[in-house]
Amino acid sequence: MKIHLKVWRQSGPNQKGRLEDLEVKDVSPDSSFLEMLDVVNEGLEERGKEPIVFDHDCREGICGACSLNINGVPHGPDRQTTTCQLHMRSFKDGDTIVVEPFRARAFPVIKDLMVDRSAFDRIIQAGGYVSVSTGGVPDANGLPVAKDDADEAFENAACIGCGACVATCKNASASLFVSAKLSHLRLLPQGKVEAKTRVLNMTQQMEEEGFGACTNTGDCEAVCPKGIAMKNISSMNVDLIKSLLQS
Amino acid sequence: MKLNAKIPSGPIQDKWDHHRFSMKLVNPANKRKHKVIVVGTGLAGASASASMAELGYQVETFCFQDSPRRAHSIAAQGGINAAKNYQNDGDSIWRLFYDTVKGGDYRSREANVYRLAQVSVNIIDQCVAQGVPFARDYSGLLDNRSFGGAQVSRTFYAKGQTGQQLLIGAYQALSRQIHAKNVRMHPRTEMLDLIIVDGKARGIVVRDLVSGSISSHMADAVVLASGGYSNAFYLSTNAMGCNVTATWRAHRKGAGFANPCYTQIHPTCIPVAGEHQSKLTLMSESLRNDGRIWVPKKKGDTRKASDIPESERDYYLERRYPSFGNLVPRDVASRAAKERCDAGYGVGPSGLGVYLDFAQSIDRLGQEAIEARYGNLFDMYQKITGENPYQSPMRIFPAPHYTMGGLWVDYNLMSNVEGLFVIGEANFSDHGANRLGASALMQGLADGYFVLPYTIGDYLAQSDLEKVSEDHAEIRKAEQETSDRIKKLLYTKGSRSVDSFHRELGRLMWDACGMSRTQSGLKEALKKIPEIEENFWNQVSVTGSEGSMNQNLEKAGRVADFFEFGKIMLHDALAREESCGGHFREEHQTSEGEAKRDDENFSHVSVWEYTGANQTPVMHKENLEFEYVKPTQRSYK
Ligand SMILES: Cc1cc2nc3c(=O)[nH]c(=O)nc-3n(C[C@H](O)[C@H](O)[C@H](O)COP(=O)(O)OP(=O)(O)OC[C@H]3O[C@@H](n4cnc5c(N)ncnc54)[C@H](O)[C@@H]3O)c2cc1C
Ligand code: FES
Repeated sequence: MKIHLKVWRQSGPNQKGRLEDLEVKDVSPDSSFLEMLDVVNEGLEERGKEPIVFDHDCREGICGACSLNINGVPHGPDRQTTTCQLHMRSFKDGDTIVVEPFRARAFPVIKDLMVDRSAFDRIIQAGGYVSVSTGGVPDANGLPVAKDDADEAFENAACIGCGACVATCKNASASLFVSAKLSHLRLLPQGKVEAKTRVLNMTQQMEEEGFGACTNTGDCEAVCPKGIAMKNISSMNVDLIKSLLQS
Repeated sequence: MKLNAKIPSGPIQDKWDHHRFSMKLVNPANKRKHKVIVVGTGLAGASASASMAELGYQVETFCFQDSPRRAHSIAAQGGINAAKNYQNDGDSIWRLFYDTVKGGDYRSREANVYRLAQVSVNIIDQCVAQGVPFARDYSGLLDNRSFGGAQVSRTFYAKGQTGQQLLIGAYQALSRQIHAKNVRMHPRTEMLDLIIVDGKARGIVVRDLVSGSISSHMADAVVLASGGYSNAFYLSTNAMGCNVTATWRAHRKGAGFANPCYTQIHPTCIPVAGEHQSKLTLMSESLRNDGRIWVPKKKGDTRKASDIPESERDYYLERRYPSFGNLVPRDVASRAAKERCDAGYGVGPSGLGVYLDFAQSIDRLGQEAIEARYGNLFDMYQKITGENPYQSPMRIFPAPHYTMGGLWVDYNLMSNVEGLFVIGEANFSDHGANRLGASALMQGLADGYFVLPYTIGDYLAQSDLEKVSEDHAEIRKAEQETSDRIKKLLYTKGSRSVDSFHRELGRLMWDACGMSRTQSGLKEALKKIPEIEENFWNQVSVTGSEGSMNQNLEKAGRVADFFEFGKIMLHDALAREESCGGHFREEHQTSEGEAKRDDENFSHVSVWEYTGANQTPVMHKENLEFEYVKPTQRSYK
């Protein structure tokens, strides 16, 4: 396959960026999108040019490191598929593909396609955990958890923290990310204890980081590579109001 | 090099308890005065950082990813073992201990393995308390599955995403301590050297991967939790960033490297598709619970799998190992696949593949049940290959996956360098020559939650640790060497990509030191590596500058270390004139093609000492004693 790439190049956080045109020949349809970029990068290196910077690590759709807006869509055209799992067979010979970083005020560009998503870590630090220390905990089977609750908690805990929900949202809201964590922990008896303070602390941090408000457009659910559901956001809002009223 | 394993005396079941009692404690008020550096935020590093911070130590933690949550542990799929015996199927601490020593082909340290089995039960309790959503059955109690090398069901899991869930648990515990300002977290920061002052590990040199600046961090002890080195083979199931730099740099500063040739080739991975493949994808071993492995009985059979009738299929694992069948340990399963493919029975375009077939399980249990168990793995397979594994069998082939070798540590998880502790996959301790499935997660968390936080206290309580001045000569020297090396890479200005060298090295290592090894192949590779390495330093293209984000430079530094490291892997494989676990020397096999150990001469840990660039390393031995599990020829028939 032959592909025309338009790739965002930006040498640093405060520099101006631009789209660079690159022709890629002999792309194997069986290669992944990132492997296609690897080939481009090897070519650049061989010519003494700086390769395109992008985050990636596991290349199995689980670490959440890869990002990229591909033709305007976070993680590209395939549903529930991270960029690293997207394969070139999803494109046609001769296609033009525009590759840009995730864009959001809370995710500043570091270089080229790499952005800073540490705001997500700070939101978790503000309360996305059960406050237990190591040791002195009861037997794991001491407290049965209804299978449905455990399964639903798992589905929300499956969030990979990639930030696609923020990148696609016109308000750059982090509501899907935050509400998934809240639901994961609230659904389990171990996490329920702190549910009220957790929702206050995490949503406050979310605001401080500069994420926008949710206006229920549903774009986040559509691009989430792990299929995290929007209904978490309504649960979060209900819990937030309850906690605010009580405090 | 002095190697004292410091195994406590007394009966094995009492060693850890007695040892904990005899340890010196650090007064709670004094804990705050001690600072510990942790390199790594995988299961081992995150659990250790959180636990030590909870105890009151000041912790500084580093990882090269943008967030601690993205460490490679996140990718672990199948599950974590623990001797809970919730299934009432005869499991016990003794049985887990026994299975692990046997699975490791009698090349691990009994006392460590016993302790691992003991604390395994605490791990599950801890994770559940953190809110890890393990799979449960309809009673609301925890569910288990079976893994290779065991005849009981002791593996706890969260679909095919167990590593993710456990790591998120540990990451959340770590986040809580970051919030409480007990841990200072340094993401996107790579350790490039170890600083030793007066014989003790006291700090590390790091590069801030965003700004490119080089700096040093000092502490009372350094913990390496930097993972394994499977990427020495270039193609492996490890994440792209996994590398050997942290442990290799520590090795160069005096830490012994134990059993580097013990690498695990995982039997069930998606076969290589083409030249530009950047990594291999694991299909969890748990699939062997419900999938049957076979090849056609006819050589070079090109018919579609579904057109090959039952009578013309060779379920070779069930045929060769009737009692364990598809659940033989990994080393055995991998070699058996290679044997069939080498003999010409392999399937797929390259002939390097065997079938993993779910048709019968789908008939028996229904597609829904299989989907519930392995849905994400089936999806992943389909995304990568474009084939639907519910309709036709998966094609799989062995791939480098895990490294049992690592820095040598004593019973306290301290290396021969005082104050340098090594945990998780980065150390060599518990798996001998072959790791059983679902035991790496167990070991990482055992080390981090339940072993290191105690043993490091004993060290800190007993050591005289004077403050090291900021301009100490050792610090300046280590920083200078680090930045000289970076400059050397940048000034080469060649025209070959870093990846092209990594691929060349990887292919060489795979051919000579992969699933099977020969004396002549190893010797040949030892001659070739220095040639490729020289080309690397003359021809590699590292562009960009040192003072900014530069992934090209990061990769080049890691590949440079893989070149140096590859040589001790080969030396180790050459010196071990026997076959054991994942180390298969063709010269040493039984008439049935099974690994043939030589207990008389090789019942030891081989610990390598660095003697200088391009010098032959020196090997030291820690003899292994087996008091409780008597070594026998491993049999899974
Ligand atoms: C695909 C796959 C599936 C697996 N499935 C299972 C399973 O089901 N069950 C099981 O028991 N095991 C499994 N394993 C093995 C297991 O996942 C690993 O052995 C284990 O997670 C390693 O954990 P760790 O904490 O030692 O290291 P890692 O998780 O590898 O973490 C290493 C950390 O060190 C950091 N680091 C490394 N070098 C540096 C440096 N120089 N400077 C700064 N930071 C550095 C990294 O940033 C990272 O944070 C699997 C492995 C793979 C590859
Ligand atoms: S690289 Fe890990 S999710 Fe894509």
